[in-house]
Amino acid sequence: MINLKPLELLRGLVNEQLSAAANEKELEELRLRYLGRKGELTAFLKQMGQVPPEERPVIGKLVNKARTEIEEMFAQKARELSSRSLEQRLRAEKIDVTLPGKSVKTGMRHPLSAVLDEVKEIFLGMGFTAVEGPEIEYDYYCFGALNMPKTHPARDTQDTLYITDDIVLRTQTSSVQVRVMEKQKPPIRIISPGRVYRSDQIDATHSPLFHQIEGLVVDKGITMGNLKGILEVFARRLFGEGAKVRFRPHHFPYTEPSAEMDTMCYLCGGKGCRVCKFEGYIELLGCGMVHPKVLSDLGIDPEIYSGFAFGIGLDRIAMRRYGIDDMRLFFENDMRFLSQFR
Amino acid sequence: MKTSIGWLCEFTDIENIPVRDFAEGMTMSGSKVEGYAVEGAELENIVVGKVLSAEKHPGADSVFICKVDVGQNTPVQIVTGADNVTAGALVPAALDGAVVHGGKKIKTGKLRGELSEGMLCSIGELGLTPADFPGSTDDGIFILEEDLQPGQAIQKAIGLDQVVVEFEITSNRPDCLSVIGLAREASATFDKPFTVETPAVKAGAGDIGGLLSVTVENTELCSRYSAAAVKNVKIAPSPRWMRERLRACGVRPINNIVDITNYVMLEYGHPMHAFDLRHVNGGKIIVRNAEEGESITTLDGTQRSLSTEMLVIADEKSPSAVAGVMGGEYSGIYGDTQIVIFESACFSGPSVRMTAKKLGMRTESSGRFEKGLDPENAMKALMRACELVELLGAGEVCDGFIDVRTPPREPVKIPLDCAWINAFLGSEIPESEIISILRKLEFTVEGGVVTVPSFRGDVSIKADLAEETARIYGYNNIPSAPLQGCAEGVVAPEQNFELKIAGLLQAQGHYEIITYSFINPKSLDKIGLPQDDAHRNCVVILNPLSEETSVMRTTGMPSMLDVLSRNYRGRIPSARLYELAACYIPTEEGKLPFEVKVAVLGAYGGGVDFYTVKAAVDAVLEGLGIEAEYSAVDNMPIYHPGRAAVITAGGENIGTIGEVHPTVCENYEIGGAAYLAELSIPMLMKHSVPDILVKPLPKFPASTRDLALVADEDLPVGEIKKAVTAAAGELLEGLELFDIYRGRQVAEGKKSVAYSLTLRAADRTLTDEECDRLVQKILDKLSEIGVGLRR
Repeated sequence: MINLKPLELLRGLVNEQLSAAANEKELEELRLRYLGRKGELTAFLKQMGQVPPEERPVIGKLVNKARTEIEEMFAQKARELSSRSLEQRLRAEKIDVTLPGKSVKTGMRHPLSAVLDEVKEIFLGMGFTAVEGPEIEYDYYCFGALNMPKTHPARDTQDTLYITDDIVLRTQTSSVQVRVMEKQKPPIRIISPGRVYRSDQIDATHSPLFHQIEGLVVDKGITMGNLKGILEVFARRLFGEGAKVRFRPHHFPYTEPSAEMDTMCYLCGGKGCRVCKFEGYIELLGCGMVHPKVLSDLGIDPEIYSGFAFGIGLDRIAMRRYGIDDMRLFFENDMRFLSQFR
Repeated sequence: MKTSIGWLCEFTDIENIPVRDFAEGMTMSGSKVEGYAVEGAELENIVVGKVLSAEKHPGADSVFICKVDVGQNTPVQIVTGADNVTAGALVPAALDGAVVHGGKKIKTGKLRGELSEGMLCSIGELGLTPADFPGSTDDGIFILEEDLQPGQAIQKAIGLDQVVVEFEITSNRPDCLSVIGLAREASATFDKPFTVETPAVKAGAGDIGGLLSVTVENTELCSRYSAAAVKNVKIAPSPRWMRERLRACGVRPINNIVDITNYVMLEYGHPMHAFDLRHVNGGKIIVRNAEEGESITTLDGTQRSLSTEMLVIADEKSPSAVAGVMGGEYSGIYGDTQIVIFESACFSGPSVRMTAKKLGMRTESSGRFEKGLDPENAMKALMRACELVELLGAGEVCDGFIDVRTPPREPVKIPLDCAWINAFLGSEIPESEIISILRKLEFTVEGGVVTVPSFRGDVSIKADLAEETARIYGYNNIPSAPLQGCAEGVVAPEQNFELKIAGLLQAQGHYEIITYSFINPKSLDKIGLPQDDAHRNCVVILNPLSEETSVMRTTGMPSMLDVLSRNYRGRIPSARLYELAACYIPTEEGKLPFEVKVAVLGAYGGGVDFYTVKAAVDAVLEGLGIEAEYSAVDNMPIYHPGRAAVITAGGENIGTIGEVHPTVCENYEIGGAAYLAELSIPMLMKHSVPDILVKPLPKFPASTRDLALVADEDLPVGEIKKAVTAAAGELLEGLELFDIYRGRQVAEGKKSVAYSLTLRAADRTLTDEECDRLVQKILDKLSEIGVGLRR
């Protein structure tokens, strides 16, 4: 009969020594000592050959159980140690999360382009097509076709830069609308963004070059109510759901009736303050029903079709959006200015 | 246009409407109120004082100690330096705590050792001038003429309490540049009665015919010339009520006759002219075109040459006025004027506008005429002037008027189509309300036809009637409605393409800039452009603001350099920028130029060099699917001759890149190196691969071979790449330059260039032998350009 006592002792010893093992190296040493080829458990197991065959099933079962238990003790210890060392590593890798992030420096769109993209997007969503046209334009497209012959006093409000007597730097992108109406039959639903020019000296609120988005809708049954509806949506999308607008009579030679749309002053909320000149509202854009003469001159029968048009000053909207009080900043392109539009 | 509420009340009843509501109502019906103010609102605690005694200061010569009754139980003592104050005089007395014109505060204090409980005011300290109160002087205390109660607030006492409203009137409404016109608008806006009395003239000073004759030679430019004569004129200041109203409108009182012309112009909106008959040679007025070489010295003392398309008012000898613009030097009123002629005429708007513009003088009168005035109003204004002469006792009006005119225009008639108006506006305004609105504005509506009053030259079609209806009904009462039907919103491919370029450049760290399209022609010198370079052919602006902005640019580089320079001079350490810049290339005379967009890159500082800018350009090219080549150029003056390249695709130039020439940097005050690139957007678009077609993934493994080559220092690596690509053919999948070495192990004048080649066949695994053969073929080809393996 084989003595199983040493096996019991061995198990106790392994248990004891394993709990004392502090790291993976010590664990490996113990493993070699007990489970290695020349290890103590291995040596013990080699004695199994001497066990009489009739006892083998019983003894074998006991021995195997002890071996599995010892191996499991080793595995358990290994898991313990590895989780402890991971914990240590993670602790050592601790960083100061309040240090600044490392950025990949990218450039940015100019604020005017950013606002232009946004305005374009709003109108695209309402089915408007964006059309561009020449900046240097025939007088006819800029004025003549828009009910403003050369002697018209309204021309004085748009001081013009001339290339020749008949060619001008366009003062408004309405010229593009004329080109579209000349070629395309209704329905028309377009916006024409672009640069426009006036003979204005540069100061905080004037620039000889600025940006406009004009819109034009011509179809059967277009009403002034539609004009109001579209522009109210535009104001809400641009300035938020709470944006309030009002329409006020005005005069443009190419629209009848003509209007200006004001938005409620962002500073005082309509009470009246310095920014809105105590009116409670700030002028935002000009608009109106396309003058029947403009339509008929371009071969569109005003008895069948009607339409509306509007013109938005992009620079002014961008100034309001970003709280810019000097228009020159747009054209000076100082890096300290440009890098603020993240 | 400024006017007082009081004057408006003469024609309509708006007295009880709070001024803020009045301003808003007028703005919303189309007469935009720019602002309103109460005159004299800045003055505080200034009252009428009665001087009880004025005694010389014992110790100072020109200082007086006054006892003044200011309506309180006991008089106050005020010390003054003015010597025109006598006992019994009524004066403005600023009491302790008062504020005078300009915001200056007055406090009780000691003056020359004497108690002074305030200050006696001059006319200037009330914000007025002697013209407002004839008889008063600039120096000295303002002595009040009227019989006033001591203690009364000064504003009330001298009529400095009018509520003044300033309107911004659009160019289509010259009728609203008048008190009557604005009163008419106010009556329609607030639904109040509106009445204008027809002027009544007694006359009786003999027939005008014996004094003056009028001939109008050009009836096209002068549709009406009416005149009246006044004899036995007594030039004097006009009465206080007239001066007050003129002041409210911002007009300085002069004398009764001149004030009458201004008063009538403001009230009726029709410019008038008064002149002395003595200066009408031969008593003849001829309205004619200026003659060749004729000139006139205008009222402002300037001699002006006239051209033959200009209309003048002349006598037998010479022009005495530029019609509708300004009178000549002898066309005024003098202290001893005996007979005054009033002129009330109607001149062609476009002609007056052209003349004023050419002579460079826009006047109150020309500003009104050029908008087109109502000939019917001319006679009413003339009669009103005569009525005022009689009212003021300024002279005796002659019998009859001279009235030379073309036949009156037929009134404009428009059928009233209320259904159409409502359909056009998207409203449901009852017919009765439309008719009532039109009638309030003095349109006649009868039998379904609207007759437009003569002063409304801006109304001629039914859309105009829709506007009249809508603005009084209220734009904001028209219901808003969405657009019906659907439409596809499309963005042109060009716009999307530009957006893509912008995105690619921003990802490379470049910020977008926006600059003016016009440049200073001198900047073409600054960038060293040769005299015969095509870019010097610019579109020129006829009337530029300054030389700085006088020609349209043909390249975006000067604008970019300006911005780099501005940033550099602002001590900003680095900048990486781009612009999608429009350029303008002249075509034929009288034709529109060709407008082309370029993408301009610019950078300095922060470690940028040629290759970082090239990387940005490459990112754009790669992003757009363009296969491009760089070839060195040494003859572009804007660039460093050894650090510049032309970029080509498919054999066509698509742009340039380079380090800015040190001389150009110096011209722009940029210290250190700066870099530029310019790409033509239409060319990029032409060579860009529009659609992506996916290639199947490789089925067989690739082999790699590294080659360390030795080449002449001067040989651009682009040549090596070309040779390798040509020799390897289809099997070459990738070619990457990973090292350039110069130094000890390489011979003088040579460089070592190391490439990694990726070789792959689509249909089989390449064998080592195949790869070796291919490498040998490449080496053979390279030997033709003097490149060999490094040993």
